[in-house]
Amino acid sequence: MPTVTMTVNGQQVSRDVEPRTLLVQFLREELGLTGTHVGCDTSQCGACVVHVDGTSVKACTALAMQADGSEVTTIEGLANNGELHPMQAAFKEHHGLQCGFCTPGMVMSAVDLLKRNPDPDEDTIRHWLEGNICRCTGYHNIVKAIQHAAKEMRG
Amino acid sequence: MYGFEYHKPSSLDEAAKLLADNEEASLIAGGHTLLPTMKQRLAAPSAIVDLGGIADLKGIREEGGNIVVGAITTHDAVAGSDVVQAKIPAMARLAGGIGDPQVRNRGTIGGSIANNDPAADYPAGLVGLGAIVRTNKREIPADDFFVALFETALEEGEIVKEVSFPVPEKAGYAKFHNPASRYAIVGVFVSRGPQGVRVAVTGAGPCVFRVKEMEDALSGNWSADALKGITVPEDELNADLHASAEYRAHLVGVMARRAVQAATA
Repeated sequence: MPTVTMTVNGQQVSRDVEPRTLLVQFLREELGLTGTHVGCDTSQCGACVVHVDGTSVKACTALAMQADGSEVTTIEGLANNGELHPMQAAFKEHHGLQCGFCTPGMVMSAVDLLKRNPDPDEDTIRHWLEGNICRCTGYHNIVKAIQHAAKEMRG
Repeated sequence: MYGFEYHKPSSLDEAAKLLADNEEASLIAGGHTLLPTMKQRLAAPSAIVDLGGIADLKGIREEGGNIVVGAITTHDAVAGSDVVQAKIPAMARLAGGIGDPQVRNRGTIGGSIANNDPAADYPAGLVGLGAIVRTNKREIPADDFFVALFETALEEGEIVKEVSFPVPEKAGYAKFHNPASRYAIVGVFVSRGPQGVRVAVTGAGPCVFRVKEMEDALSGNWSADALKGITVPEDELNADLHASAEYRAHLVGVMARRAVQAATA
């Protein structure tokens, strides 16, 4: 089996894997980082969104081998010394979740949006979330949370 | 997904050799079509040749008045490119309307055109501008590249290297998308430029096609009004649960007019 090496949440990890191992399987099953969820497994729902080299991707539709040598950030890597990332705090504050299944992907996707556009309007946020499906909230509080986080992060 | 060998070559020659040595090998770029297909066991390649390590295949440049996009350039990179936005804004909008942000961060132009999904956006862009596809072996005009449903002119062992787009005077793209997948139920790309007037339709038929009657009408009078009354025959159009052939034929006219209205210099 080939060896895959990547930096996950700041720590270098190396494992022998079958080439068919998906990035999301690698994170969940090899590394035990189960915050990244598998929803549809067809790159529609966005529950598995993580960052690879700074951009959001669906980890169900990438091979672990394709991330060899990359920097990967999962939901577990966002908080800093036990302090929630402003996006996580905003989701909590604005009740941007109900069952929570889509939340890790929503948060990771939203963090990528604010990197590109620190002050997105509501339309931009809703458009950006096309690849993240939530079946509980109707998106309303998710959008509010992202707007709030944007404000916080702009300072 | 069945097991396979994984290879990551660092040059196009090495990739071509791996393809030649592994009869059942598949190329992978963004993997956003191949991996779902493999999960459904509709494809079971013996080996995967990952093009992600070939630096030459990535990037956008201007060359002799054309815009050249490397095969593994992502949709997001095309949509966000200053040079594409300045020279062919319709192409930037087309790329920015594919899938969703995460799909655009992975999916590539080369992967899209080599797959030739009947509902993909890029085939309309390439044919609508009269682009040239450069492979490791030759140059193929877009008109000859897209052959039939999921079929291209690519031969065994042939790899898309880059796509060269002529810069149009005007170009526009309008798409009626499937709200779940964002694929085109019908998409129409129109342009006027060095390749004359072009009208290319995706999503409606089994493969991208041009509408000569619309091209002739727009050559005489570049306006949405010039397209009034021009219809496409519905006999060979797709029909599925999303739209009947009759509806798709109707949408071709609507999207063509919107594309002309949206066309910018």
